[in-house]
Amino acid sequence: MKKGSQSWVFNNNPVIISSAAVGGPFEAKGALAEDFDLLHDDIWLEQDSFEKAEKVLLEEACDIAIKKCKLKKENINFFLSGDLMNQIITSSFAARAMSVPFLGVFGACSSSMEGLALASLIVDSNSADYVIAAAATHNASVEKQFRYPTEYGGQKPPTAQWTVTGAGAALVASKGEGPKVTAATIGKVIDMGLTDPFNMGAAMAPAAVHTIETHFKDLNRDPSYYDLIATGDLGSIGHSIASDLLSQHGFNMTSNIFKDCGLLIYKKDQPVFAGASGCACSATVTYGHFLNRMRKGELRKILIVATGALLSPMSYQQKESIPCIAHAVSIEM
Amino acid sequence: MIKVLLAFLVGGGICVIGQIMMDVFKLTPAHTTSTLVVVGAILGGIGLYEPLIKFAGAGASVPISSFGNSLVKGALVEAQRDGLIGVLTGIFDLTSSGITAAIVFGFLAALIFKPRG
Repeated sequence: MKKGSQSWVFNNNPVIISSAAVGGPFEAKGALAEDFDLLHDDIWLEQDSFEKAEKVLLEEACDIAIKKCKLKKENINFFLSGDLMNQIITSSFAARAMSVPFLGVFGACSSSMEGLALASLIVDSNSADYVIAAAATHNASVEKQFRYPTEYGGQKPPTAQWTVTGAGAALVASKGEGPKVTAATIGKVIDMGLTDPFNMGAAMAPAAVHTIETHFKDLNRDPSYYDLIATGDLGSIGHSIASDLLSQHGFNMTSNIFKDCGLLIYKKDQPVFAGASGCACSATVTYGHFLNRMRKGELRKILIVATGALLSPMSYQQKESIPCIAHAVSIEM
Repeated sequence: MIKVLLAFLVGGGICVIGQIMMDVFKLTPAHTTSTLVVVGAILGGIGLYEPLIKFAGAGASVPISSFGNSLVKGALVEAQRDGLIGVLTGIFDLTSSGITAAIVFGFLAALIFKPRG
């Protein structure tokens, strides 16, 4: 049901009956390693390209999520997935193997919550019983796609971010036990004219702020409603810009509830510059770490605000600015 | 010893210029490299790069700007001998060893190694 200008409230309680997070070797050394269901010790995953490795990550996350609730692929009605490759090949190729009706989503790194919001809407409207929302990225494939191949040896400024190698999947069902998706706010594309692809956090911060404020307004809530509000991958620079903007606009976001997935996933001594990024950043932290904490009873109400920079290598070369988006999904136990 | 110091200062200075082009003027690595090649070619064309190499040795001959100088030098030498067509045949004359080495060693490295990221 639509509420306010751009939010949905899910009255039929679509529930995340299972979720899975898969990661690579760098994530295995990170701060949230225990919350991953599967960690690989080699970035190639025994494939002959990084793109194929990324597809395997996504397939594994979906397989684990399905197996956890003792279902089979045939039980899944729809598969919604996004990634950062050209023409979202990771998702399409994984869907080829899964043989489940597929809807590809692209919102750059916000694809994770775009998928979860749509999956919840489909279930909430009685259009499906089981829908998987998933997202994946691979550090090496994304560096190649959006920046420079690592072996090129291009320098990175301190504002750059580190793409997560991993995949996250959530199985949304009409009935069952688990955290419930209660609302979602779909973001507008916001472009403040920033052009530096090595400073995506700063470019995406205004989009996150706009979506968070609209979410509160549409649903008549304030920050104290939530135990945790986490942005997707703003990193240290973007997250502090977002905190400042929100407090200027009168929202008191205390640092113990306002977090960023990109600042949680790795340890302080890992060389990730301003923090983590990628669809898999918000997907693995949410579907692994946060949902585990909800199931343990440590968190009751969370808002995930996945942020995406909607540039392409072509738009950057043609000196276009970076349009950004953020989608917020509210999950309650 | 003084030659080593001069090489360090001039070579380092060229690298500082490159770093400023990337950090302050936000040029991409490819644009930075190309710009240095063009500057080297212009300096070579007006006869200023050779004196710089005499002055600073490896400090001027190792950075990428020296590649631009070599392109122009090769073109000028063959232009004097063969006329205008010499510009076309001579441009890669002095630099062909460097270009071929880059291709061959790049190929060999790609055969042996697998990227780690």
